[in-house]
Amino acid sequence: MSVISAPARDAAVEGALLRVTGLSKSYLGPQGPLPVLRGVDLTLGAGESLALMGESGSGKSTLLHLVAGLDHADGGAIHIDDAEVTKLDDEGRAALRRKTLGVVFQQFNLVPSLTVGDNLSLQARLAGRYDRDWRDALAERLGLSALLDRYPEQLSGGQQQRVAVGRALAPRPRLLLADEPTGNLDEATGDAVLNLLLELSATAGAAVLMVTHSARLAARLDRRATLAGGRLAP
Amino acid sequence: MKQFFYTLTTLTSHWRRRPGQFAALFVGLAVATALWSGVAALNDQARRSYDRAAGALGLGGSPSLVAASGGFFAQDAFIALRRAGWKVSPILEGTIRLGDKSYRLLGVEPLTLPKISSNKMPEGDDLNDFLGPPGRALIAPQTLRALGLTEGATPTISEADRLPPLAIARDLAPGMVVVDIGAAQRLLHRPGRLSRLLLAEEPTADAPTLESVIGETLRRVEADEAPELAKLTESFHLNLTAFGLLAYVVGLFIAHASFGLAFEQRLPIIRTLRAIGASLRALSLALVAELTLLALLAGAAGMAGGYLIAAALLPNMAASLEGLYGAELDGALGLAPSWWLSGIGMALIGAAIAAASGLVKTLRLPVLAIAQPFAWREAQRHWLYRQAALAVLALMGAAAALLFGEGMEAGFASMAGLLLGAALALPLPLAAMLRLGERRARGPLAKWFFADALQQLPGLSLALMALLLALSTNIGVGSMVEGFRRTFTQWLDERLVAEIYFEAASDKDAQRITAWLSHREDVAAVLPLCKAKTAIRSTPGSSWPVEIVGAPPHETFSAHFPLLEAHADAWNSIARGDSALISEQHARRLRLALGSTLEIPTPTGDWRVEIVGIYPDYGAAKGQLRVDHDALSSRWPDARRLDYMLRARSETAPEIMLALQAEFGAGVARIIDQAALKQRSTDIFERTFAVTAALDALTLVVSAIALFASLTTLAAARVPQLAPLWAAGVSRRSLALLELARVTLFAGATALVSVPLGLALAYDLVAIVNVRAFGWRLPFHIFPSQWLEVFALALLTAALAALLPIRRLARIAPASLLAVFANER
Repeated sequence: MSVISAPARDAAVEGALLRVTGLSKSYLGPQGPLPVLRGVDLTLGAGESLALMGESGSGKSTLLHLVAGLDHADGGAIHIDDAEVTKLDDEGRAALRRKTLGVVFQQFNLVPSLTVGDNLSLQARLAGRYDRDWRDALAERLGLSALLDRYPEQLSGGQQQRVAVGRALAPRPRLLLADEPTGNLDEATGDAVLNLLLELSATAGAAVLMVTHSARLAARLDRRATLAGGRLAP
Repeated sequence: MKQFFYTLTTLTSHWRRRPGQFAALFVGLAVATALWSGVAALNDQARRSYDRAAGALGLGGSPSLVAASGGFFAQDAFIALRRAGWKVSPILEGTIRLGDKSYRLLGVEPLTLPKISSNKMPEGDDLNDFLGPPGRALIAPQTLRALGLTEGATPTISEADRLPPLAIARDLAPGMVVVDIGAAQRLLHRPGRLSRLLLAEEPTADAPTLESVIGETLRRVEADEAPELAKLTESFHLNLTAFGLLAYVVGLFIAHASFGLAFEQRLPIIRTLRAIGASLRALSLALVAELTLLALLAGAAGMAGGYLIAAALLPNMAASLEGLYGAELDGALGLAPSWWLSGIGMALIGAAIAAASGLVKTLRLPVLAIAQPFAWREAQRHWLYRQAALAVLALMGAAAALLFGEGMEAGFASMAGLLLGAALALPLPLAAMLRLGERRARGPLAKWFFADALQQLPGLSLALMALLLALSTNIGVGSMVEGFRRTFTQWLDERLVAEIYFEAASDKDAQRITAWLSHREDVAAVLPLCKAKTAIRSTPGSSWPVEIVGAPPHETFSAHFPLLEAHADAWNSIARGDSALISEQHARRLRLALGSTLEIPTPTGDWRVEIVGIYPDYGAAKGQLRVDHDALSSRWPDARRLDYMLRARSETAPEIMLALQAEFGAGVARIIDQAALKQRSTDIFERTFAVTAALDALTLVVSAIALFASLTTLAAARVPQLAPLWAAGVSRRSLALLELARVTLFAGATALVSVPLGLALAYDLVAIVNVRAFGWRLPFHIFPSQWLEVFALALLTAALAALLPIRRLARIAPASLLAVFANER
C-alpha cells in the first residue's frame, strides 16, 4: 500500500528524490525465512520530511538500512535521484552514502578517538566537500563551538547526538536518514535535537526520513507513514 | 585520495587515544624483528668470516691438488707440473703461535696465484717487499690490533724464528698470516714441502694428464669440497637460527594479540566509517597502509635493537666458535645491505601474519554485523575450534618429522610442530579447567570468577601461548644445558687425568725436553702424543676431516679414558697397531659401530683398522681417531710430535712446570696443568651456551611483555564487566585481588602444561637435535628443582604483568564505574 493516493502518485514520483518500489526483505530465522518487508512503496520529495513509525520489529530500521545501502534487498528497487541503490556495487553505495546521504543513528556512532571538531568534519572530508564556514555555522547552531577540542566521551548524550547530526549535515546531503535520533535522550533534550535536525536540514536543503516510535515527534514532520505487517499504511 | 587519507587518519587516531596498546603492538613487532635480525647479524658475521677465511686468497674458490694420502708432499711436484704446462700455485699451510694464541700461517707464491687471489696480493714495490728479503707478513688490521702490535713489527714465534715485518692487508681473514712460500717453509720447518697446489687455470686439452706427470701422488679436490669450516659450523648456526625464529614467533604472538584487540576495539569506528560512506577499497587500503607504516617503523626500531643484541652477544659467540671449531670471527660487527632488507622484510611479513586474520575478518564482516556487540568474540570462539584442529595438524606434522625425517632440520621441524601444536591446543585444557571450576564452585562470587575467567580466555590466550612457549623453552633448554654441564664436567674429570700437558716448540726441543724429563724422579711417566690430519670418505665425493691421535699404551688411558662402548680387550688391540678408537660424532657421521673396519689414507698407503671402542668427545666438532703412538708414527713420517702428557704427583706439578720453563724457555711452546685446562674447557662451554641462555632469557622477557600488553589492553574492557559486581557490594580491592587470582591461575596452569612440553623439548634436543648437530648423545636428565623455578618465574611474570592494570583497577574512581550504568541503554 502506498503512502500517497494513486492519482497523485505518478506526478509525485516524477519529481521525487527517493523512490522505493516493491521492496522486500526477509531474514533467516530458526523456522526458515522471516519476511520483514513485503513489497514496500515509498516516495519522498526534495526538502520533504517523513516520519516512519511502527512497532518494534516492524522493519523500520531495515527499510532505513536498505535505503542507506547498508543492507541488500531481496526484491524491489530503491532510487535516489537517478541512482538505483539496489543495483549499485559496494563502491557505488559507499559513494552514495558519502555524497548524497547523511545518516544519524540512535547510538550516535561517533569516532571516539577523534575530537568533536574532527567528527563534525569527517564525512564532509571523505566526500571531498569540506567547507570550514559551513562546519563552523553548524557547530555554532548546534551549540558545539566551545566543545570542538573535546572527545565524545567527554560529552553528554544530547551533545553527542548533536555532533552526529552535524556530521551528517556537514557535506550538505540531499537526504538525511535518522534512525531513532532521540531514542537515547530525555524528552527535552530530544526535542531540542529534533528542532535542530529539522531546521538545519531545511537550511541545507535536505529531505528527512526519520524512524521514530514517538507520535509526538512524528507530528513535527511533513508526513507520517506506519510500517505494519511488512507494508506501509498511510 | 582524500577518502583514503581521511580514512587512514581516522583509523590511526585510535592509537593516539590508546598509546599503551600502540606501544604493545610496536614493541611486539620490534622485539620480534630485533631478536631475529640480531641472530641473523651474528650468523652473517660468522659466515662472512668463514668466506673470507676460505676465499682470502682463493683457497676456497679454486680447485686444488692435495697429497692423495693426506699430509704434505714434495715441491718437486709443483716444478714438474709447471714444466708440463699446468698453471698451479704452491701453498703451504700450518699453525704458528703468537703470544698465547694460534694463528694460521699461509705460505703463497704471489706470481703464480690464481687471478682472484693475486688481486688481493700486494703490487709493485709492495710486491717486491713481500718477496723480500726480509719479506712481509700480511695480516688483517683487527688481528694486528688484537696482538697489540704495529706494522713493521717482527714478532717471535719460537726461539729461533721471527715473522717477517708485519704489513696490513685489509681483505685478509682475521687470525691468518700470509707470507712468501719460502718463508713459510722456514717458519714451519717444512723445507721443500707443500700442502697443496692451487689450480690457477684448468689444464688445456693438449696438456699431459696429472698421472703422466707425477703419478698418483696427488689428487684433485674441487673448490666446493674445501670450506670445511662452514660445514662444521653449519649446525651451530642452525641452532642459533632456530632460537631466533622461536623468539620471532613469540614476538609475533604479542603483535597478533595486540592487532586482534585493536581490530575488536576499532570495529565501531570501522562501522561508522562505512556508514558515512568510506568504501571497502579505501578502508582496505587504509588498513594495509597503516600496517605497512607500523611494520616499517617497528622494523627499523627492531633492526636497531637487533644490532645491539648482536653486538652484545658477538664476543661470546666468537669465543665459542673459536673454542669449538677454531674459527676466528671478525670482532667488529659489519652489516650487509641484505641484512637490512631481510630484517625489514621479516617485520613486514610478521606484521602481515599478525594482522592477517584480523584484517580479513574485519573486511569480511558485513557492515551491520560489525555493529553487533561481541561479534568479534563470537568469531574468536569459532577460531578456537579451528585452532584446535590446527594444533592436531601441527602435532601430526611433528610426529611425521620425527618418524620419517632425517637431519637436524627434521629435528627442528618436529620441535617446531610440537611447540606450535601445544601452544595452539593450550586454550582447550585451560577452558576445561575453568568449566570444571565453575561446576564445582559453591558461592556466587566463585562461580562468577570461573565463568568470567572463561569469558576472558580468548582475549588472553595468545599471550598465554607466548608464555607457554617461553616457559617450555626455558625448561627444555635448561634441562639440556644443565645435563650437558654435568656430563661435560664428569667427562673432563675422566679425560684430563695427566697432571701436566705441554707442547714443545720444535722436534729438536721435544727430544731435549723428554731426555731431561727422563732423569727427573718426580716424573712418573712422559706420554708423547702424535697427531696427524687426513680426510675419510663417508660417501662418494664427500669426505670428513679427521684428526688421528697416537698415544702409547699406558694405564693413564686404559684405566681412565672415558669410553661409551668398547671391546673387552680394546686397549691391547690398539697396542697391536691394528685397531682404533673413534669419537662418537665421527662414528655417527661415518655410520661405524664396534667391529667395523676403516681405511685410513696415510702417506705410506691405506691403513686398515678395526673399531674397538667409541668415546665421547665434547671438546671438538671435528672427528677424531685414537690409535697406537708407534703405529701412527711409522705410517706418518710428517706427523706432529710436539704434544706431551706428564704423570706426576699433583703436588709436584707446579715445581716441574717451573723447572721446565726455566730450563727450556721458549722451547716449551705451551704448558698447562690439569686444573687450568679444565677451567679453560669449562669456560669454552659456558661461553658456548651464553648465547643460548641470553636468547632464552630474552624470549621469556618477550612473553612477559605479551602478557602485560594483553592485560593492559583488556583492562579497559574489564570495567563494564566488573561494575555490576561493585554495585552489588564487592569492593574495588576485592575485585583487584580477584583479577590477580585470575591472572595467577592462568599463569600457573600454563606453567603446569609447560613442564611436560619442556621435557619433550629437552628430549628432542638431547636425543635428536644434538646428535644430528654435534654428533653427541647426552644422557637425558630431569631437574624437578628447575620446574619449581619455572613455576615461580611464571607466577612472577604474570604478577608483574598484571600489577599495573590491577593497581589501576583497585584505584579506579567510582565515577568511572558509575559511568558504565550511565551509558547503559
